[in-house]
Amino acid sequence: MADLGRAALVVSFGLALYACVAGTLAAVGRQRRLADSARNALIACFGSTLVASIVLAIALVRHDFTFVYVANHTSRDLSAVYSLTAFWGGEEGSLLLWLLVLTGYGALAVALNRRLLRDLIVWVVPVIGGVATFFAFMLFAVASPFATETRQLDGAGLVPSLQNPYMVAHPPMLYLGYVGLTIPFAFAAGAMLSGQTDERWIVATRRWTLVAWMFLGFGQILGSHWAYVEVGWGGYYAWDPVENAALMPWLAATAFLHSVMIQERKGMLKVWNMVLVAFAFELSLFGTFLTRSGVVQSIHSFSRSSIGGWFLGMVVASTAFAVALILWRLPLLKARTKLESPISREAAFLYNNLLFVALTLTIFWGEIFPILTQLFQGISRTIGRPYFDFFLRVFGLPLLLLMGIGPLVAWRRSSVRGLLRTLAWPAAAAVVTGVALTAVGHGTSRPGLIAYTFSAFVFATIVVEVVRGTRVTGSLFTLVSRNRRRYGGYIVHASVVLLAVGIAASSTAGANVFRTLKPGQSTRVDGYTVTYHGTKSIPSVTESGTTVEHRAFLSFTGRATGSMTTSQIDSSTLGPSREVGIYSNWRDGGTDLYTINSAQNGQTITLQILVKPLVNLIWIAGYVFVFGSLVALWPDAREQRRLVSRLAFARA
Amino acid sequence: MIWLVVGALVAVAAVVLVSLPFLLDHGESDELETPTPRAETRLALIEERDRSLAALKELEFDHQTGKIDDADYRALVGPLRRAAASSLQALDALDAQD
Repeated sequence: MADLGRAALVVSFGLALYACVAGTLAAVGRQRRLADSARNALIACFGSTLVASIVLAIALVRHDFTFVYVANHTSRDLSAVYSLTAFWGGEEGSLLLWLLVLTGYGALAVALNRRLLRDLIVWVVPVIGGVATFFAFMLFAVASPFATETRQLDGAGLVPSLQNPYMVAHPPMLYLGYVGLTIPFAFAAGAMLSGQTDERWIVATRRWTLVAWMFLGFGQILGSHWAYVEVGWGGYYAWDPVENAALMPWLAATAFLHSVMIQERKGMLKVWNMVLVAFAFELSLFGTFLTRSGVVQSIHSFSRSSIGGWFLGMVVASTAFAVALILWRLPLLKARTKLESPISREAAFLYNNLLFVALTLTIFWGEIFPILTQLFQGISRTIGRPYFDFFLRVFGLPLLLLMGIGPLVAWRRSSVRGLLRTLAWPAAAAVVTGVALTAVGHGTSRPGLIAYTFSAFVFATIVVEVVRGTRVTGSLFTLVSRNRRRYGGYIVHASVVLLAVGIAASSTAGANVFRTLKPGQSTRVDGYTVTYHGTKSIPSVTESGTTVEHRAFLSFTGRATGSMTTSQIDSSTLGPSREVGIYSNWRDGGTDLYTINSAQNGQTITLQILVKPLVNLIWIAGYVFVFGSLVALWPDAREQRRLVSRLAFARA
Repeated sequence: MIWLVVGALVAVAAVVLVSLPFLLDHGESDELETPTPRAETRLALIEERDRSLAALKELEFDHQTGKIDDADYRALVGPLRRAAASSLQALDALDAQD
């Protein structure tokens, strides 16, 4: 069966290369049949990649250990679901998933826009084909998931920490996001190559960008939740290179989603938007280079491999391509209008863009600094958490504030008087919140207090906007239907408020202590009395090795009453790992009591006990974010009709 | 061996799909349609018109909701109406040339 997988990948490579070369020749020579043929090649490339993916999926589920990849990432005792998640648990499978998503997205985007954007599509096909050629080449020549060996009795298994429901969804979500950013890049490049830099590429790719952005954002939340419940250190975001690799393109895409509105409304920032689209795409490739090359330290075990150099080459080549295109088309991208006032919606979006890009570049610098010091000083100097936390506050808090101000400012210009009038209610809500929190003793952390106050301001802005709008339209449904993009955006803003409050509360308040206890002993932590009842060692033997789980039994009283367990697991094949104990107290605003079996010495245990106020708001924010994104990206038939008639009228 | 045959079938199916535009020729011209300069100018003017009209619509809504007061509304609505009228006139002028 591996032969079929290999053959399908060779076919995928041939088709992607054909789509790139024939597509370019067709676009240059203005040949319709050749252009259609190249488009079909891209669609067929998805089909052959799907065949290769099905082969790998079957091999994983059947535990076919003649596949090196299956032997390295699964074992007989692994359930079918987790065997399937090994598809993206290793490097070769991840690359295959990347190619599958890329060709799937590409085929769909090209098929959906083939009539409305025909003059652009002829250039979009070779760009997507070029990117697909790189990944197909990597898969059949550098890191094939279809390498075979003599059948083994059992495989190495999947790392226990990856055997978690969040890991079933988190990596595919990230890939849907990363790879999705190729589509707006390809359309932007297509617009520049064809010289058709009108608004159509923006409208055609806005939803693709939103889809990619939604998956990337939600994927990160799922990843954070996985880290929180599985990695066993009590946190959810460690500024690890792999985490930052997903955050950077998301931030760049967020900036693009805002700045694109200025281009639609005012015809401004055309160059900036092209730069942002290319930047987001390049960051998705650079992140892969960073985490796969082994040039930086990462908590993620799959981070060292031989494909880093290839990705660096791809980043350099595609960046040079994007820069050359933008420079070539600068005359076409010049704006015909200017910013009329520093107090306007477009100005607010511009400030927001500058902050997003500054935050992205700051994280980028934090990522490449160890590489540069290694290169020039021979010592890798790693930038730690305080650096990232500092700049998150410096750029993140003003962004939060702008999120409240922006929607209240009029397009073109606002008078100071008018702005102050509209800001009155949200500002009052913010001041009341700040004063009330300080009065009840939550003002000890200044960044935390600012975050709560700004969050109240943003939330009040959303409420004021929705209430005023509903009064005019008569119903909330009509209001949202009239402008799904705006109100979907407000729901996303509400999710950011939940996120900000969750992060601020869980990182600035609560408790984090270590306690060494014997069976029967209790300790008091932040309103909880935690009692340790003893540890049970549970051995298990599988074909791949032996495992001993030291499970500690705990009970707690105080702010809530209940019991939990926390374990240390020693596996002969996969090393040590931990299972944490978590009790979510929903009556206490979603505060978690979190315990870690930190050290076990006979029946004596060292427990790390954390109380994380409002931490569950972060996960809730993820679902609100998805809901808001779906509202914003839901297809608008009126817009589609408008575009079709606009194009027909232009060509009449 | 059977899997290699299936692989060959995948390749053949791909070749057929890629060849279809050459095999199914409905007598259309092989030359890709290129937008004329006139069409590009029209498209730019239509975009400008739609932009102005959308801005007017949004301004009206924001005024109705009270987000924009009367004084700001009066200051903003004039230039927007003029921009919409200007793009409509330019479109008419372009059509009159034909």
